[in-house]
Amino acid sequence: MTVKVSLTVNGKPASAEIEERTLLVNFIRDTLRLTGTHVGCDTAQCGACTIHMNGRAVKSCNMLAMQAEGAELVTIEGIAKADGTLHPMQEAFRQHHGLQCGFCTPGMVMSAIDLVKNFPDPSEELIREQLDGNLCRCTGYHNIVKAIKAASQTMRS
Amino acid sequence: MYSFDYQKAKSVADAAKVLAKDGDAKLLAGGQSLIAAMKLRLAHPSEVIDLGTIKELSGIKADSKAVAIGAMTRHAEVASSAAVKKAIPALASLAAGIGDRMVRNMGTIGGSLANNDPAADYPAAVLALGATVVTNKRKIAADEFFKGMYETALQKGEIITSVSFPVPKRAAYMKFKNPASRYAIVGVFVADSGTGVRVAVTGAGPSVFRVAAMEKALAAKFAPESVASIAVPEKGLNTDLHAKADYRAHLITVMARRAVEAAMK
Amino acid sequence: MATPYIGASIKRKEDYRFLTGAGNYTDDVALPRQTHAHFVRSPHAHAKIKSIRKDKALKAPGVVAIFTGDDLAGAKVNGLPCGWLITDVNGQPMKEPPHPCLAQGKARYVGDHVAIVIAESYQQARDAAELVKVEYEELPAVVRAGDARKEGAPAVHDIAPDNTCYVWGLGDKAAVDKAFAGAAHVTTLEFLNNRLIPNAIEPRAANASYSRADDSYTLYVASQNPHVERLLMTAFVLGLPEHKVRVVAPDVGGGFGSKIYLYAEDVVCTWASKQINRPVKWTADRSESFVSDAHGRDHVTKAELALDREGRFLAMRVTTTANMGAYLSTFASCIPTILYATLLAGQYTTPVIYAEVTAVFTNTAPVDAYRGAGRPEATYVVERLVETAAREMKMSPAEIRRRNFIKTFPYQTPVALLYDTGNYEATLAEALRIADVAGFQGRKADAARRGKLRGLGYSCYIEACGIAPSNVAGALGARAGLFEAGEVRVHPTGKVTVFTGSHSHGQGHETTFGQVVADRLGIPMEDIEIVHGDTGKILFGMGTYGSRSIAVGGTAIVKAADKIVAKGKKIAAHLMEAAEADIEFKDGAFVVRGTDKKKAFAEVSLAAYVPHNYPLDKLEPGLNENAFYDPANFTFPAGSHICEIEVDPDTGTVSIVNFTAVDDFGKIINPMIVEGQVHGGLTQGIGQALTEGCHYDKESGQLVTGSYLDYCMPRADDVPAFKVGTKETPCTHNPLGVKGCGEAGAIGAPAAVMNALTDALGVRDIEMPATPQRIWRACQESKMKKAA
Ligand SMILES: Cc1cc2nc3c(=O)[nH]c(=O)nc-3n(C[C@H](O)[C@H](O)[C@H](O)COP(=O)(O)OP(=O)(O)OC[C@H]3O[C@@H](n4cnc5c(N)ncnc54)[C@H](O)[C@@H]3O)c2cc1C
Ligand code: FES
Ligand code: FES
Repeated sequence: MTVKVSLTVNGKPASAEIEERTLLVNFIRDTLRLTGTHVGCDTAQCGACTIHMNGRAVKSCNMLAMQAEGAELVTIEGIAKADGTLHPMQEAFRQHHGLQCGFCTPGMVMSAIDLVKNFPDPSEELIREQLDGNLCRCTGYHNIVKAIKAASQTMRS
Repeated sequence: MYSFDYQKAKSVADAAKVLAKDGDAKLLAGGQSLIAAMKLRLAHPSEVIDLGTIKELSGIKADSKAVAIGAMTRHAEVASSAAVKKAIPALASLAAGIGDRMVRNMGTIGGSLANNDPAADYPAAVLALGATVVTNKRKIAADEFFKGMYETALQKGEIITSVSFPVPKRAAYMKFKNPASRYAIVGVFVADSGTGVRVAVTGAGPSVFRVAAMEKALAAKFAPESVASIAVPEKGLNTDLHAKADYRAHLITVMARRAVEAAMK
Repeated sequence: MATPYIGASIKRKEDYRFLTGAGNYTDDVALPRQTHAHFVRSPHAHAKIKSIRKDKALKAPGVVAIFTGDDLAGAKVNGLPCGWLITDVNGQPMKEPPHPCLAQGKARYVGDHVAIVIAESYQQARDAAELVKVEYEELPAVVRAGDARKEGAPAVHDIAPDNTCYVWGLGDKAAVDKAFAGAAHVTTLEFLNNRLIPNAIEPRAANASYSRADDSYTLYVASQNPHVERLLMTAFVLGLPEHKVRVVAPDVGGGFGSKIYLYAEDVVCTWASKQINRPVKWTADRSESFVSDAHGRDHVTKAELALDREGRFLAMRVTTTANMGAYLSTFASCIPTILYATLLAGQYTTPVIYAEVTAVFTNTAPVDAYRGAGRPEATYVVERLVETAAREMKMSPAEIRRRNFIKTFPYQTPVALLYDTGNYEATLAEALRIADVAGFQGRKADAARRGKLRGLGYSCYIEACGIAPSNVAGALGARAGLFEAGEVRVHPTGKVTVFTGSHSHGQGHETTFGQVVADRLGIPMEDIEIVHGDTGKILFGMGTYGSRSIAVGGTAIVKAADKIVAKGKKIAAHLMEAAEADIEFKDGAFVVRGTDKKKAFAEVSLAAYVPHNYPLDKLEPGLNENAFYDPANFTFPAGSHICEIEVDPDTGTVSIVNFTAVDDFGKIINPMIVEGQVHGGLTQGIGQALTEGCHYDKESGQLVTGSYLDYCMPRADDVPAFKVGTKETPCTHNPLGVKGCGEAGAIGAPAAVMNALTDALGVRDIEMPATPQRIWRACQESKMKKAA
């Protein structure tokens, strides 16, 4: 059987007939072909699939697309400006070499934006603690922490 | 994930009706446990009833005596609620330590309690604070609610609507996290209600439990040293790759002592 | 000249696409008429496959095809090859049991691939996979290296009844035994080097398609070396014409070794795409990655160090049993031998060394190279021994190392390697300074007042990067070349496309290689594009592993660029009517020496493609050069790590309060990228020491640590902010003076952490990963000892 899901993604309405068991991340990747949101695990721990739903970071691999019915979603494709200018968090990751293979990066950036929204002036310790839902195998986190700290400053000003 | 039928519940009564009809139907709250299990094909409901759109199930009401939390209230809302922070700061900080930020934005207190994962955090708070679990059918006292590993007093068709926590004089929760999953290997919630002390332990056994010896000692004197040398027998405690029963037993004492210290601050 | 790019922390070219979600990883590729595959895997560690029934599954919705081992055997698909032949102590070749792409007759580990189910959607493939009825007869299993050769252990393969793949030795055993007999002091340690699961965050994936129109295949695959993948697959397994197969490794989300190998899934999807004449895509679930990616490490070792009264090393004797898993993965056999025993001299002048390595089969996933591959294990042996010896002899760990450092180069070790250059005292001195070792006792006392235990540990590692040269490696058993290829294509407008056989899956080659070429050709980096990962575009390549990219791949590019300059000089000489010998290439222009006559790079390239005024009688038009580079020797990065940790004895939790790494990578092209590589390596090394341990149940052979719920990946709060520094002694045998930096962190860190931990606890050894539980137990034991 199928159900109809309608929601807003990166400011644009989207709707489709999908199988009930479609995970939100598969709807985003396979139906909408927004492949920036990644899947790195099947136990909801790596955070590669992190997006924003109604302004809050969620793991899109651990919910049904139907749970996002009517919601406003923002994915990694939706945070830079229309002219391509990077969001301050993206820019900070670039400046501080907060990414290597790039696979964890979309989820990391989406989680980091949410982190700074919740903790506008985070200490290094708090950033590390609040990154416990995101795994990165490449960077050793050092530069990710630096990037988030720096972005928290630009995002405040 | 196996296929299933899906519907959004319009009301608690509506959800109860479906549950009554279909024995293999399952309620969906935040999905952080249920969807996770379904993805691994460990759960196979015939029908999923989404509670997500029932407004009256979420929200926090607090006064000087009690904090009532709607079943669909997300962990993040409890963690950041000014009312909870004021009335029962230990509860807010417990919620802030569940899973990670993304999980907290979806996971709910009702789902956590209904699931009764042996390593979950909320059960410790519910039991130590002597909270009342309110369902569409009745009110269940904490001491009656947790029945065993993933087992509760909930009957078929019963839906948690809210949880009511009496405000204690002081309380604290100390969690020793599993290094991999970050669930509790041992979590100890100590609550001094003014008329008595309750100590609830999660993570260590098949289900949350109280430690009478510690409660007695703390009732006599609420101080860290009162529990520091009380050993909990390791018999019946969980053993896994991360912690054998003797280590868990030891951690209960350490976490209890630290919880008392924190409660006194 | 404009500021050189080499040495500058240029921001990465690849970042914009990754940061905006525009990367293109294998699973992002969706082809027309795509089908999806799911593999039926063995739930048993060891079992006879009595029958496979697929009739019910074939009728399930959306199913396109199901293939089993019988189908592959019928189609004469071979097994997976091993790329390195080890010859044992008796001159016999290692045992090479067949490694079928889909199990034939037996399943030999949990996760062994038994059948492929192909359907219209992934979920349908998974649904149907449950309907494939495999009848197993369970057999007893052996999972631990130490148990494999025990009396009565079940044989994993008939051709190796004692589960022994080989017993191999290196060094002068008689001389070593003699030195031990006369030693003033002997330090002995026995330990395990824990098995790890690589866990690149992008799971393995393959998407294969076949075109009847021209009888060709295209395979998108998460691979570190697409050409090697193609060569092995076409020449050894499928018997396909190599030129009809294109392998594309697009953006790849980390590898760490685990994506070097030719895997069964890649082969089966490619083969199946022709059978069904539709593209077949498979992406591993993380649970599948856990059971089916090649794992790393897994050694059982006894190590002894003989010293004289002054703490000078006289000899070292090492006996290791290495777990190969159920089958030989692509490079499995050379890891605990060629890449391990040869590193046992470390940074020291130990005059004689003997190592004996026994490789065994067990009912576990294949084990192969994982970041560091052999070298972390060697460093662990050497540095744990050295630190323990210092403690036993009451010497400072820094002093005992200084006393034994190699100080003159080149240096021939007793275990085959010839170190070209290094300065070990300099990296150690700098590490001691940065780590403020002088202030440690004060910090320790302060921690003690808080009821905490502090410890300090060192690790002075050496690494050998870029296995070479090919002929020597060949004599040692390598079945492949170890060179690299590069091509520099100058377009008419002077813009440049560089094709490299190296592959980037996080290393940032598009940036680093761009810097190298920009400096070499004197043009802006914006004018250069680096292309990698596509056999359809790149002439050849050996790929990226073993920290070889800059030293080998980078050099190939330099050589190609130098050919461009050489040809450019000829063209410029013609254009300016000067003698070729008088042309100088400077700042991106061809200049007639001693004059102000010059031709810009783009003028020369234009002339090459519009050869109107051109020496056509002597010179071909065009400006495109390629080069192959086969290094004369390994490169030898080395460094000093110092770890300071604090233990909470009440709970056994440990926190790394300081981690200092001072490395000598030779010349550094992009310090920002190099530092990033160090951070990542350190975190994996710390992971090995403290959090990560692959655990198979001894009886059932089930993988207990089969998800992130049980396999503990280091998170941001498990590691500190790192303090890193560098010292440069340029490599002497490549034009860039580079050595490589990709694995150093993972090589040095485990020993540093474990030395710090044993220092804090006052114990000789503790098993990795030193989890809170293990540390707590160690604390209990030492408490009991003190009380007794
Ligand atoms: C990565 C990760 C880490 C986590 N870490 C922790 C942790 O550290 N500590 C911890 O405590 N938990 C942890 N969790 C679990 C998390 O807290 C879940 O949110 C919680 O266990 C279930 O809540 P839910 O709202 O998601 O429920 P769901 O998953 O939607 O439902 C769980 C079960 O409860 C039933 N149910 C839901 N609502 C009701 C209701 N109102 N009445 C009756 N039955 C109901 C459902 O039918 C289902 O059987 C983690 C989860 C993840 C994915
Ligand atoms: S893919 Fe969602 S948490 Fe790993
Ligand atoms: S950059 Fe590769 S996983 Fe984070």
